[in-house]
Amino acid sequence: MPLRHLIPLIALLVILTAPLPGQAQQTAPANDRSATGGATTLEDILARQKGLSVDDSYRSEALGSPDLAAPNSDALGTLGGISQSEDWRALRYNKADVTASAKGPAADVLIQDEGMVWLAFRKGPLRTYGGWLLLGTMGLLALFYLIRGKIRIDGALTGRKVLRFPPIERFSHWLLAGSFILLGVTGLVQLFGRFFIIPFIGREAFSPVAIAGKWVHNNVAWAFMVGLVLVTVLWIAHNIPNRHDLKWLAVGGGLFSKGVHPPAKKFNAGQKLIFWAVIVLGLSISATGVSLLFPFELPMFASTFETLNTLGLPQALGFGELTVNFAPHVEMQLALTWHSIVAFLFMAIILAHIYLGSVGMQGAFDAMGSGEVDEQWAKEHHGLWLEEVKQLSAGKSPSKPTE
Amino acid sequence: MKSMYIAFLAVAVIAVLANFGLDYAGFSASERTSGPSVRLD
Repeated sequence: MPLRHLIPLIALLVILTAPLPGQAQQTAPANDRSATGGATTLEDILARQKGLSVDDSYRSEALGSPDLAAPNSDALGTLGGISQSEDWRALRYNKADVTASAKGPAADVLIQDEGMVWLAFRKGPLRTYGGWLLLGTMGLLALFYLIRGKIRIDGALTGRKVLRFPPIERFSHWLLAGSFILLGVTGLVQLFGRFFIIPFIGREAFSPVAIAGKWVHNNVAWAFMVGLVLVTVLWIAHNIPNRHDLKWLAVGGGLFSKGVHPPAKKFNAGQKLIFWAVIVLGLSISATGVSLLFPFELPMFASTFETLNTLGLPQALGFGELTVNFAPHVEMQLALTWHSIVAFLFMAIILAHIYLGSVGMQGAFDAMGSGEVDEQWAKEHHGLWLEEVKQLSAGKSPSKPTE
Repeated sequence: MKSMYIAFLAVAVIAVLANFGLDYAGFSASERTSGPSVRLD
């Protein structure tokens, strides 16, 4: 699967942004449990309370054995060598021999211990930091608008129109944009609905909203992926970095000062950054999204971690080998976690894009609305592109500029 | 603006086709995750 190659890069980013080895959880010293017959001791409990990592193999491997069963003639023979606590322990550590009527690799995992970590992350840091990221981005954009105001066209409008984006490019953009907004809204409803919608409309009313939102999210995802492919094919050649981008970046694109118009071709450096962010984040969110759409059938993280272990990257960074033997649910939880993190970053970036393409800049929406912009707008924001268009149209038809 | 409206319509069409297409191809949750002894209908 080609998209799988993207995951190692993403996992590398996770590793690089993870806590340093010195900050990692410390391990509790080995403990003598002979006094409790191998069961948890007071030292184990105190170590956990201190936040130390306790090796729980003394529990996960204490599962009893039929071979140890006392003869039926003995008083305790009916237990068959495995006590009820050992049975439950086997279920908890996913070592029980379970037969289930339902299909799928997850059907016979009755207790998934690691799920609590995922649940705590989803209910805590993911919602908190993700929510603040979006609110913070909106706040910064509002502040920018208050300070800078709308970026207006400095010169006088000429009344002459230039075709900036032909219909197929506008269609592709709106296919991607429309599906992205639907996916963003329905994704936020799934994540925040329990806390921000149920208190207002109640559980009964929220249920159909959540079900409809899930349907939209699952199925509109395909339109997003089609749009992603289209814009990639149509615009990738125009988004290769060039020397003009450095000049554009050096003056902040003229966004922060009036009368500054660095030269740019069809796309300026800022738009190129948005484009590449959309491609990278779009591929990443699509890969994890497809993995979630077909639960347990397209796992990615174990193979990614295996690749990273083979390359020796986690070891070089002092993390040791990454775990690769997951319960099936862990793959889904990792995919959903990464899907959500990427989604928040994606939404924050697109909020800035929407701002500049609408209220933030005079004439910007026309480029994607009607497809035509005033020549003065083109001259100020994409001067080099306008020259190319003029030269091209002079060679063809003076009255109808083309791409 | 016509391109934008057509694109929004295409989003809806693709979503409906995806839903019925995957269902028809046997990718419904009930077909993928239930066994013969599990009755969902």
